Amino acid sequence: MSFKHEKVETNAGILLVLTMLAISVGGLVEIAPLFFIKDTTENVEGVRPYTPLESRGRDLYIREGCYTCHSQMIRPFRDEQLRYGHYSLAAESKYDHPFQWGSKRTGPDLARVGGKYSNEWHVQHMIKPKSVVPESVMPNYPWMMTTKLDVSDIGDRMRALRITGVPYSANDEEYQRNVKQFGEPVAKTLHIPDAVKNLVAQAQEGNYDGDRTSVSELDAMIAYLQVLGTMVDFSKIKPEELVKFR
Amino acid sequence: MADNSTNPATNPATNQVQTTGHVWDDDLQEFNNPLPVWWTYTFYVTIVFALVYWVAYPSWPVGKGFMTGVSTITYKNAQGEDETWHWNTRSKLLLETQEAAAAQKPYYDKLAAMPYEQIAKDPDLSSFVVSAGKVVFAENCAACHQAGGQGVIGHFPNLTDDDWIYGGASEKINESITKGRRGYMPPYGEALSGADIDALANYVASLSGIKVDAAKVGKGKELFHSHVAACFYCHNDDAKGRKDIGAANLTDKVWLWANVPGAADDAAKVAAIRGVISSGLDKGVMPTWQGRLSEQQIKLLTVYVHELGGGK
Repeated sequence: MSFKHEKVETNAGILLVLTMLAISVGGLVEIAPLFFIKDTTENVEGVRPYTPLESRGRDLYIREGCYTCHSQMIRPFRDEQLRYGHYSLAAESKYDHPFQWGSKRTGPDLARVGGKYSNEWHVQHMIKPKSVVPESVMPNYPWMMTTKLDVSDIGDRMRALRITGVPYSANDEEYQRNVKQFGEPVAKTLHIPDAVKNLVAQAQEGNYDGDRTSVSELDAMIAYLQVLGTMVDFSKIKPEELVKFR
Repeated sequence: MADNSTNPATNPATNQVQTTGHVWDDDLQEFNNPLPVWWTYTFYVTIVFALVYWVAYPSWPVGKGFMTGVSTITYKNAQGEDETWHWNTRSKLLLETQEAAAAQKPYYDKLAAMPYEQIAKDPDLSSFVVSAGKVVFAENCAACHQAGGQGVIGHFPNLTDDDWIYGGASEKINESITKGRRGYMPPYGEALSGADIDALANYVASLSGIKVDAAKVGKGKELFHSHVAACFYCHNDDAKGRKDIGAANLTDKVWLWANVPGAADDAAKVAAIRGVISSGLDKGVMPTWQGRLSEQQIKLLTVYVHELGGGK
């Protein structure tokens, strides 16, 4: 036999090249074609980019490392459906950069936590989780209530997301496009020149942390948590239609 | 030379095992043994398994689609007709959901048809409500109202006592769960003087038998029924509250917002009441569960909460 396995094992260069080839098969053959398969992508209505306040809340979610214990992806299993609600759709995180799907659950999945608890509950829970869930192992985050939210760079943050494809509007033309796509009330919140104004207005009106005197980090955090998983109205979608996307 | 006769890879003629040619310390050799037979065949079996799997289940992308596999799942569509689709986790979930719903249907149908007052008298249905209700309650309600329904003073109402802010009849409990609630009391800190608020707090405390200053009680009572403070608009002339708008009964010694039970002495109890009058309340929010829970689940929870102790 002219070719022996021994040759591969004793030659680091050949071994490296062949190993790379072997492991790239999985990616090239199985993952890459999925980008071009259109019939596995659900087109659902209602998904919109985060408002400035929600977007800042999401930044804080990442800053505090919430994703290390909480996933945001409900899998299509019956036990998960019973506990967390309808399984997550890819379209629901299409404006998330990066997405927060995750596979590590020390705490519960948060993909549909929006509206499940009151703002008041979230305040108590963030300051001291054990005060409302005695068996919880989640750390306390009391500083979020007392730390004022830095709103100065929200415009830059939205511009950065815009580059990745999130339709925040930087000019009138883009704004008009958003009005067409999302309707005027939503389009207004996506307009970068008004970002600071919109952020403060939403925090004032929502009064998420129960303190109207200032916009705290907790305001942003709760605004973000309360919108998670609430954008798609599943009562309008027949379950057998979603089956056909797999 | 070592004895290699027990090694299956030994050439009996030469008593030699194939080596990599490496030798240390005179006779320490690195053998190049073949893979164990069981391992090799297990490897072949996994390859065969993969081939079967590719055919049976969704696998390779092909062109603009993918191989869907030959196994199928049949479920009911919205029109109640059988519909078949290739095996995937979503169709499997749909089928499992429908099978579970069918298994629970006799109970849920019975629950839906039976008036509230009769459910408690049916032992079979009652035990279903307790076991199924406990699970739904634990996942959805216990975060605020706590595992036993005891609530948290200052934040979330106790569901085990017989004091109901919005009414303890089954229909009212159902309404609270379905539509949610939003409690509100205006703050009086700026509208009234400190002395007025103190008088009101003393009067409210006296209604629950807390020992307070009689002179202040008289002034507080007057204010309570005046159009200046106008407490009686919501809490009623008799201070027993109005369940239709969620105004609390102030005479029943049950406290939610003012932490009276946790206060050290009578003065601290009055101070706790003063705090609520002064800053008002804008936090008694119960989320709406319509949409998140099914009508059946809400009825189940209604009965469960009613049975926790205080249902009217």
